[in-house]
Amino acid sequence: MRSEQRIEGIGVSPGVAIGKVFLLGVDELKAPAVRVPPAQVEAEIAAFRQALSRAKGELTRLRDDSQDEVEGIFGAHLLMLEDLVFLQGVEEEVRKRKLSVAHIFGERIGEIISHFEAMEDEHFRGRVADIRDVGARVMAHLLGTEREVLAKLKEEVIVVAHDLSPSDTAQMRKEKVIGFVTELGGRTSHTAIMARSLEIPAVVGTQQICGEIGPGDMLVVDGQTGRVILRPSSTTLREYRRLKDRIAKFEETLSQVRDLPAVTLDGRRVELSANIEAPEEAAEIKKRGGVGVGLFRTEYLFMRETLPGEDEQFAAYSQVVRSCKDCLVIIRTVDLGGDKFVSHFRVPQEVNPFLGWRGIRLCLQNKGFFKTQLRAILLASAYGRVGIMFPMISGVEEIREAKGIVEEAKEELREQGREFDEGVQVGMMVEVPSAAVLADLLASEVDFFSIGTNDLTQYCLAVDRVNPNVSYLYEPLHPAVLQLVNRVVEAGHRQGIWVGLCGEVGADPAAVIALLGLGLDELSVSPVAIPQIKFVIRGTAYSLAQRVAQEALKIPTPQGVRKYLEGLLKNNFPQLNPVHHG
Amino acid sequence: MEEATVIISNKLGIHVRPAALIVQLASKFESEIKLVKDDDEVDAKSIMGVMMLAAGMGSKLKITAQGSDEKEAVAALSDLVRAKFNEE
Repeated sequence: MRSEQRIEGIGVSPGVAIGKVFLLGVDELKAPAVRVPPAQVEAEIAAFRQALSRAKGELTRLRDDSQDEVEGIFGAHLLMLEDLVFLQGVEEEVRKRKLSVAHIFGERIGEIISHFEAMEDEHFRGRVADIRDVGARVMAHLLGTEREVLAKLKEEVIVVAHDLSPSDTAQMRKEKVIGFVTELGGRTSHTAIMARSLEIPAVVGTQQICGEIGPGDMLVVDGQTGRVILRPSSTTLREYRRLKDRIAKFEETLSQVRDLPAVTLDGRRVELSANIEAPEEAAEIKKRGGVGVGLFRTEYLFMRETLPGEDEQFAAYSQVVRSCKDCLVIIRTVDLGGDKFVSHFRVPQEVNPFLGWRGIRLCLQNKGFFKTQLRAILLASAYGRVGIMFPMISGVEEIREAKGIVEEAKEELREQGREFDEGVQVGMMVEVPSAAVLADLLASEVDFFSIGTNDLTQYCLAVDRVNPNVSYLYEPLHPAVLQLVNRVVEAGHRQGIWVGLCGEVGADPAAVIALLGLGLDELSVSPVAIPQIKFVIRGTAYSLAQRVAQEALKIPTPQGVRKYLEGLLKNNFPQLNPVHHG
Repeated sequence: MEEATVIISNKLGIHVRPAALIVQLASKFESEIKLVKDDDEVDAKSIMGVMMLAAGMGSKLKITAQGSDEKEAVAALSDLVRAKFNEE
């Protein structure tokens, strides 16, 4: 038996799972020979054509993004998927043998691969990789193999896969799945969202793991740290069983405050809302005890070839608004550019994308596009309480211009007799240092501020947090950042508007007491972080938090601030661990 | 029916890129076009087929075409092979 092995991924749903592996779809070219009833044959072929057209769509994008256009490898791959001789052969076989197209397609690709593998010329043998690649791409779109088994699971398993699609998880017998591990994915991939809604631990983005384990191997998944341990030793198992028990006890404590409001010991109420990136996440908020959405990132709608129209956007926004009935949902207008670009806008290669054409700048120069989003948001406001928030505002002209376009959109809707909420709140992110400095001027222009500490910290400290040489300097508790936050809250309150914070630091229990004490009215954090932040708020007196904040503002170094706040957390909440950044 | 025989003279033979060029060119013609190497005959409009010929440098390839534009088709494909797929 092989020994223990540790693999690091991204922890996207907290908790510890210990169990046996269920390996999903490792050999992507083998599908079982499932009988297809004669009446279903044409539907099977239609499914095949759809899979082909999806695979072609992917390849077209890859080809267009690659340097050597028509002659590139992807161009050749595309030709393979347009190869009528081959494709009609597959379809004929399906009609003749009445077997699932995934099986026949896999079989044909397998035959071609063995033909190439038998060639003497090494160069020709190398084509196997191309054919395998094209085959796997199509197979990924046809349904996989073990999916049916998943529907009939008898014992508890941890599902390990290259990636999981909604159709995979839809078919799972969920009460038997105790954890997920996938090679692909990020915080908002389908697997992550699903795991959080099922409240089971998940680690994604592990790169290679499927090749390292066999079905039935033991596995430990730590969804907090993102660590996956294959074939754990008995010592490791003991250690993780203890951790699991501790977490269970703590969860029990947290669940007691879940449905209670986020109020301090001395009665100050804080809006504790959620940051979400996909409409499906809205369902998690209430489950975790949150109230509304403090930041709905809309970029996911735009990260593709064709831009979504008003109807599609409206469907997404209204889904969230409806599921948060009576609670405020703040929809941030799209923040493209920076690290998120979209081919539609032909954003040129920039030397400094974070200082470049992004966020509100890009929107104000694409007014029609921007207005479509604003109209969709306004239309969604008819179904609940909505706030519009602009990203990357750096000064007064920008906010005025953006508000002007909101007014135009409203006017259009009035003329068309479309329903929307006239009282929609309009606010802005404070993430560019100039906006923090000018907070007094900007506060009279908007209904609210939401401080985006991730970017504010990067811009204020001139630190790229993903650059390993300087990321140690990234610290949202840096005295300079704290002073800016303090300034923005005071300016907002002087003008009578509410001030929230939607950066990751809001989910750090060590930071929360100080943030609370600075007078923030709202904290918006990822749904999973809500319970423990609520726990801290409910266990802290506002008067104490204010003293802590004033104390923290006097500490000259970021290390000093962190040490002070972590010490305080440890004293007051020994059950909690601070979250480290950078 | 029109036919011509050519010798593959580029160093790497009909690998992925030349196969793609052959298929793209052949698909422009209405005629039915076949490539024959030894005993293997494949459709020149099928990239899987063309690649499976594994025609390396020095192999003899027969191009046949049948249809309204058979002459042009054979001439164009022969030229492509003789031009070593514009690779060298």
